[in-house]
Amino acid sequence: MSRRKTERLLSLVVCLLSARRYLTASQIRAAVPGYPDSFDAFKRMFERDKDELRELGIPLETGINSGDDEAGYRISRQAYELPDIRLEPDEVAMLGLAARVWRQAELAGAADGALLKLRAAGIDPESLSQPRIEPRVKTAGPAFGPLWEAVRDRRPVTFGYRVPGRGAPLLRNLEPWGVVCRRGRWYVVGQDTDRAAERVFRLSRIEGPVSFAGPAGSVSVPPDADVRAAVHDWDREASPHMCVLKVRAATGHGLRRYAERIEAASEAGWDLVELGYSDTAWFSEHIASFGADVVVLEPSDLRDAVMGRLKGVLA
Amino acid sequence: MTADAPARSGRGSAETATERLQRLLALVPYVLNRRVADMAETAAAFGVSERDLVDDLNLLWCVELRSPDPYCPIDLSYEGGEIVVSEAEAIGRPLRLGVDEASALLIALRMLSELPDVGEHAALARTIAKLEAAAGAAAGPSAQVAVQMDDVAAQAAVAAVSDALSRGRRLHIRYYVPGRDEATERDVDPMRLVVSEGRSYLEGWCRRADAVRLFRLDRILAIEVLDSTADVPADAEHVDVDHGLFRPSPQDVHVVLDVGPSGRWVAEYYPCEQVSDLPDGWLRVQLATPDTQMVRRLALRLGEDGRVVSPPELAEQVLADATAALGNYQ
Repeated sequence: MSRRKTERLLSLVVCLLSARRYLTASQIRAAVPGYPDSFDAFKRMFERDKDELRELGIPLETGINSGDDEAGYRISRQAYELPDIRLEPDEVAMLGLAARVWRQAELAGAADGALLKLRAAGIDPESLSQPRIEPRVKTAGPAFGPLWEAVRDRRPVTFGYRVPGRGAPLLRNLEPWGVVCRRGRWYVVGQDTDRAAERVFRLSRIEGPVSFAGPAGSVSVPPDADVRAAVHDWDREASPHMCVLKVRAATGHGLRRYAERIEAASEAGWDLVELGYSDTAWFSEHIASFGADVVVLEPSDLRDAVMGRLKGVLA
Repeated sequence: MTADAPARSGRGSAETATERLQRLLALVPYVLNRRVADMAETAAAFGVSERDLVDDLNLLWCVELRSPDPYCPIDLSYEGGEIVVSEAEAIGRPLRLGVDEASALLIALRMLSELPDVGEHAALARTIAKLEAAAGAAAGPSAQVAVQMDDVAAQAAVAAVSDALSRGRRLHIRYYVPGRDEATERDVDPMRLVVSEGRSYLEGWCRRADAVRLFRLDRILAIEVLDSTADVPADAEHVDVDHGLFRPSPQDVHVVLDVGPSGRWVAEYYPCEQVSDLPDGWLRVQLATPDTQMVRRLALRLGEDGRVVSPPELAEQVLADATAALGNYQ
């Protein structure tokens, strides 16, 4: 069953690629073996075949030959064929490395498919048995697949999104512009149509399915949209506040790394460390994690926040 | 290609007609481009058995078009383990790359070119340009996906690691362990650079632990290439990057922790053995850790949004930690 279908599809591709003119449905039926005798059954099967070829990326064109009045089909060789590509050995090595990146992730099948076509074009991605670099990307979670399709096909989406500390997930409507991985976490950037503004969402906070909310091509990405910059800004701000900490000697390395100034405190066994931070709530948690090794001297709101955290442990 | 090729589903009942069609359309140009193709090599390249390959070749050879006159567009032979295609009519070139195919490679290549340059950037740039040209319009959407690498802070470390790898030298590093708030000094014999989930790691034989260890490059406080030769034991095994970089060991302590709505990030950030929902947006997470110090620090960070459930002695330690820390403010 499946073999006959493969034969029929292959014959159809060869037939349409060889044709110099558009072939009508009747001409195709006469040339390609394997279609049923009834014209209606043929039409239904031919429609499905056309869809399947297009899904494979085979550029099936419709048109009318001059002088004819019935529409026909053909595949333009120029649109079908992979252009000539010649790679130097070091470039082939890079391709081999790139193909390893998606292993175990969403686009692994696509990377294999690409490599298959490049091998067919005469390229041999050498097997790197002991590469010095071993690169991987992970697309944990089910949201990446549909969001990539939405970005690729320019379709709006809706999904449930949970903001930490705000209880139940809310339904969000988004025209996605791009998907970005930063520090190992995936984000989608786009126009939030309910809020009429650019927004960034973390994929791991999406709950339930991502659904398409409009046809392909209905999203337009602003020409000045910079999805990488949007995620960068969302992720990190400047350090507008300064603090002074008392840090026990030979501890607090995670703070000392970013210090503007370190000097010995008057009390033996302690240092004074000055550094900048942006978010009081987050930074107070960070300081609390050092326990009795770090004491906030100023500012007082940071000092209070750290004491609040620690009292919370005892509450 | 060799056994190193990614596992493909291959033939069998699961393969659809269109999947097989894709392989057949690639097979003809594959052979044409090599003039004569070795049976075994070809089967390996396509991830099928030689028997399945023969079946593919027979199917291609049998293609017949009936109109206006019957003719066979494809002529080929396979004898003595060698395949030759003498007539391929219209399918002598591979099909263009699809959007997903072009994107998978281009996104990965651009990610690699964000790593500090260890002599590969020029080749990467050329490969990207050639692939973009070959893919044409299919290359467009890949620009909307980006994998960003660590901050530039890790650049010096990458250069030193790369230098040590190419010259086979031992490294001395000062390494920060946030879970214990410790800066440790170690000698490491480098094995490779692992890049996973946007972070880079030095994989090497740690002479202090006498074991293979991963060191996150942005936590290396200082790095020096030593004059001594690296000596990685022959039985040192690479970390399995496809199944999580950090895997539980039998010595790990199993910790149960309840986190409030503001502490749900814990379930995202740490590899948890179990996560279950509690009332009011709380979560119960179970994690395995070689070092309970990390959990004590996490519990202090969480404040009222976290509660160590077990082991009970760990819960008591956390209370003692918080009491001692508050004592500094009296």
